[in-house]
Amino acid sequence: MINKKLLLIILLIFFPFKSLALIEIDITRGNLNPLPLAVSSLASTKSDKEKLKKDLNINDLGLEISKIVENNLKKSGLFNPLDKEAFLQKPDIAHLKPRFEDWALIKAQALITGKVNLEDDKLRVEFRLWDVLAGKEILALAFTTVPKNWRRVGHIISDKVYERLTGEKGYFDTRIIYVAEEGPKTQRVKKLAIMDQDGFNTKYLTLGNELVLTPRFNPTNQMVTYLSYFKNLPRVYLLDIETGIQEVVGDFAGMTFAPRFSPDGKKIIMSFAKDGNSDIYTMNLESRIVEKITNHPSIDTSPSYSPDGKYIAFNSDRSGYQQIYIMESNGKNVKRISFGNGLYGTPVWSPRGDLIAFTKLHKGKFYIGVMRTDGKGERLLTENFYQEAPSWSPNGRVLIFYRETKTDSKGEGFSAKLWSIDLTGYNERLVETETDASDPSWSSLLSN
Amino acid sequence: MNLGKIYKNIFLVIFLGFVLSACATQTAQKIDSQIQGDVYTGTDTVEYLADGVPDRVFFATNESVLTTASRETLRKQASWLRKNSEITVVLEGHADERGTREYNLALGERRANAAKDYLMTYGISSSRISVISYGKERPVDSGSNPLAWSKNRRSVTVKAN
Repeated sequence: MINKKLLLIILLIFFPFKSLALIEIDITRGNLNPLPLAVSSLASTKSDKEKLKKDLNINDLGLEISKIVENNLKKSGLFNPLDKEAFLQKPDIAHLKPRFEDWALIKAQALITGKVNLEDDKLRVEFRLWDVLAGKEILALAFTTVPKNWRRVGHIISDKVYERLTGEKGYFDTRIIYVAEEGPKTQRVKKLAIMDQDGFNTKYLTLGNELVLTPRFNPTNQMVTYLSYFKNLPRVYLLDIETGIQEVVGDFAGMTFAPRFSPDGKKIIMSFAKDGNSDIYTMNLESRIVEKITNHPSIDTSPSYSPDGKYIAFNSDRSGYQQIYIMESNGKNVKRISFGNGLYGTPVWSPRGDLIAFTKLHKGKFYIGVMRTDGKGERLLTENFYQEAPSWSPNGRVLIFYRETKTDSKGEGFSAKLWSIDLTGYNERLVETETDASDPSWSSLLSN
Repeated sequence: MNLGKIYKNIFLVIFLGFVLSACATQTAQKIDSQIQGDVYTGTDTVEYLADGVPDRVFFATNESVLTTASRETLRKQASWLRKNSEITVVLEGHADERGTREYNLALGERRANAAKDYLMTYGISSSRISVISYGKERPVDSGSNPLAWSKNRRSVTVKAN
């Protein structure tokens, strides 16, 4: 009896739940020990490899897709993809039946294997996620797509793996819309640009003839609302990404700015400036009905809906300085929520609904931070000379924003770049773009 | 001899200190003479609509209140506009780079309207004045320092015809 108890205790000490443990990652805190995992190249038959090489001009598509997965998972800060040089098993064999001892030997805790082949001119992709220590398959999926979507294949695999191992949806099969910038600081040329979340497939949506600012996606990622100085009349515009058709939103006798979509995509909420006073308005895109939401002699701007559409967070200087307020979506029950030292701007409601991200200016420094929707629990994630305009990843775990550098004594050395940081305050990263960039906005997940 | 060397060094340090502080006060004074209470008072960037009629007024950080000097400039603009009744103008409102983009758009609009209101009280019809805000998008000085920022917080009156 005593012996049995002792044995159990010894077992628990030496094998702490190992046999039960399927891999699991806690993403609620900064992860200093990213999970080591192996992403095997996706295997193809020899003839398909030849054909894919001819069609897409890519030597080894399976390898390229696996690199996309590695890159995504590495940048999340939660995973440590192992060097392929160390892999002992061939991709096609590993996909059928991994030799778990071989993968455990190189310290991989998880293994991703797959196949990519052509079927009626479509890509057929199959992948599996293996728990190396438990010695079993924990996820298997197959799907088909058109060959030119091959980068998205890598992103979808990344999302599925992330979801299986963290318990939360991923954010890799997404795009960023932003403002591409070039030229001297006093005469910047700005264009709307869109790219995959990992910086690939950049496309420019405007030519740079007029100043454009603050683009934001609609919930289905097909439309963008932004501010354009077309004909020197700063107005909120709507752009259909596929057709390229643009139109002015509403018929306002003055500047409209700071637009965003409502969570159902039916309305645009924005500021309208008239006679030195900015108030918040909505316009229904179907009925064209315009509603005035705030009515105050102060500046009211940067509105952002809660994900359920019931509340609006916004920026106002009605207290004398820029602070963050929330109100009901009809404009009633306005409540100030920011009370810390300094100025607060650009509130953005988290897609999970529980937090509001903001920009804070205090003692000459700019911060990106988050607070709860009642203003409590303020946490500053990053400090810099200048940074603002956070936008949430669709799973509410990462923020993207832009940062500008200080110029030197000659006024030179200016740059604007996109950066991302985890909600934990860890894993700050430069998001690479072809040109200088600002005003990023993260799309929702393109698939599922 | 050793002591002598030390004295020499101390002397050198004190001397250098004097030189450096002299430099510092000089630049500080130069900036002081161009900024008063956070508002630019220099003339480096100012252009003229006509002889003796400056084209722009400056603001304190986050403010849209017209200073005494700004009101004087706008009165000159008003009298020039009264004499040239065919001229219409655009008031371009600007902010410095030390604020969020969207708030700065609103602030620029507020500044240009402060100037517009003042011109109107001096008899200029609102039909001759339009207003546009550029927020922080069009600085005149690309510097990242208080003097540059003070030059950029401005409302500029531009001939529209």
